[in-house]
Amino acid sequence: MNETDRSPDQPEAMSRRQFIGWGAAAVAGLAIAPGVTLFDLAHGRPAAEAASDKVRWGMLIDTNLCGTGCNDCVTACSRENHLSGGLKPTDSQWIRKMELKDLRSGKTHSLPMLCQHCEHPPCVDVCPTGASFKRADGIVLVDRHICIGCRYCMMACPYKARSFVHEEVTGQNPDVPRGKGTVESCTLCVHRIDRDRTPACVEACAAAGRNAMIFGDLNDPRSEISKRIATYTTTQVRADLALNTAVRYQGI
Amino acid sequence: MPAIALREIDGHSRGYYALLGALGAVTLAGLAAAYYIEHYGHIVTGMTNQIVWGIPHVFAVFLIVAASGVLNVASIASVFGRKFYKPLAPLSGLLAIAMLAGGLMVLMLDLGRADRLIVAMTYYNFKSIFALNVFLYTGFFAIVAVYLWTLMERRMNGYSGPAGLVAFIWRLLLTTGTGSIFGFLVARQAYDSALLAPMFIVMSFSYGLAVYILVLIAAYRWSGRPLCDAVLARLNRLLIVFVAATLYFVAVHHLTNLYVAKQQDFERFILLAGGVYPVLFWVGQVALGSLAPLAILVHPALNKSRAWIAAAALLVVLGALAQMYVTIIGGQAYPLQLFPGMQVSSSFFDGVVHPYAPSAPEIMLALGGVAVAAIIVLLAVKLLRFLPESLDSRLVDTLEAKAA
Repeated sequence: MNETDRSPDQPEAMSRRQFIGWGAAAVAGLAIAPGVTLFDLAHGRPAAEAASDKVRWGMLIDTNLCGTGCNDCVTACSRENHLSGGLKPTDSQWIRKMELKDLRSGKTHSLPMLCQHCEHPPCVDVCPTGASFKRADGIVLVDRHICIGCRYCMMACPYKARSFVHEEVTGQNPDVPRGKGTVESCTLCVHRIDRDRTPACVEACAAAGRNAMIFGDLNDPRSEISKRIATYTTTQVRADLALNTAVRYQGI
Repeated sequence: MPAIALREIDGHSRGYYALLGALGAVTLAGLAAAYYIEHYGHIVTGMTNQIVWGIPHVFAVFLIVAASGVLNVASIASVFGRKFYKPLAPLSGLLAIAMLAGGLMVLMLDLGRADRLIVAMTYYNFKSIFALNVFLYTGFFAIVAVYLWTLMERRMNGYSGPAGLVAFIWRLLLTTGTGSIFGFLVARQAYDSALLAPMFIVMSFSYGLAVYILVLIAAYRWSGRPLCDAVLARLNRLLIVFVAATLYFVAVHHLTNLYVAKQQDFERFILLAGGVYPVLFWVGQVALGSLAPLAILVHPALNKSRAWIAAAALLVVLGALAQMYVTIIGGQAYPLQLFPGMQVSSSFFDGVVHPYAPSAPEIMLALGGVAVAAIIVLLAVKLLRFLPESLDSRLVDTLEAKAA
């Protein structure tokens, strides 16, 4: 009998089959756990260790490689963070594709727009409770426990990168807590970064063979992103605001 | 001289209870709406990820700005020593507290997580003007309460001067804080201006005085107490100056923007091409909310009529709401310029004007704040001695002679 079709009046006692199943799972867990721990120690940042300002995570987006009509990064973001992917004015969009056309030359560009993870984030400045904050490694996040949902950060963000959760959310990714009545935005997939993985959008872009998005440490001169920024002309969106964004664009 | 006798109103008439009942019903509707919004989320409002602040904020900011401005009548008596305004001072303080309470109620209940009020009171980011405003608002309540005590308790009268001065300075800080909510928004073309702080102060003078005149006329008419024309004549002259000064600031703000090339598209939107916003600006804020009341108040015959004076004050209030709507909603409706000189489009409504239609619950919440402010005043004037028993010509003559 399936666990879910058991009616409430049936006894809760664990069947022999269940016992064997759980037991096997526990033994397997015990066997694998040390390996997982070792892997984490070797690659990811241990949970107890604070993020360090020695690194500054950033992203370089080459708009020459970004395809008009390609939406892979957006889809990957929705899948990773369990966003609905809906396009209503009240739906959350952490990353969106923007189509640009130069009014004088007619040149067109396609690029993803997301939280730019500013060094001087206006959203953090205006947040009354400090729920909007910047981690030591430069990732701008919202602490869902102390966000009161005033939306001042959404007024302050120059990139329209933040969304307000307008209704109950279901089926959340445990790594990416969300909540009705609070503000959210791109976390740069902080839960993946802390396990030494790249953001879902970057991974999807690479998987599509475009490689328009490069993720890395802006503080490390040997990282690919730093080398590219040192070699090519890159732009910050709304550079006039001098926010020193961690997301840079090449080709616009 | 005849003593200024402050006296509770009778408050047993059928009209009093009818008004109280009606305001109570509006308040309950507002609270029910807030619960409804909290339960289902902001999906039941007209607010979106594009228009993040809606009609509740229009009313809340109006109430908060007017709250600081309405205290001016008291300040003129206590800070600038004009004896003529002394009997008018307690009502001024009461209205200030009541309107601030109403405005804050709306602001709080519109939060995505209104249940986290305790978080807002215990976690502070002092770089945020919102966090500073929490102190400015609570401080305002306390300071005006003490100020009222010095005005209404005979033994404390001697301290009303210093208390009034502190309240006056505090109210300037408070409105600076309210204007700076918008002034500090570097990202948006509608805001990002140091001019907004002083502009909000001048606006508060105008909004607050208009509310004061309306309440004064209504209170004295409904309670059957004598109110001399000379009192209204003085307040009228003051309102002319404040409405004109507000208009001046609005003109300077727009003219400056029109001079700056990167702001011209926004100005074209808000003043000419933006649909409802230019209409609300020119017809609501400028014509009906400023020029019409100015015309009434300077007209030698109309400005003697109490009905016309009340109409002028009401027009100023409606113009104020139009101005708040244009400022708050219009400022968000215009899309953010991420790539100047480029035509942009996206699934997140980049490059397009954002529509907004307030829903019934959020309108009810907004009106609930006004009702709460009115109930506070209605109960306070019945329970405590806020209103002079008479503002007749004999008292006014004595005060004028003393002032001269």
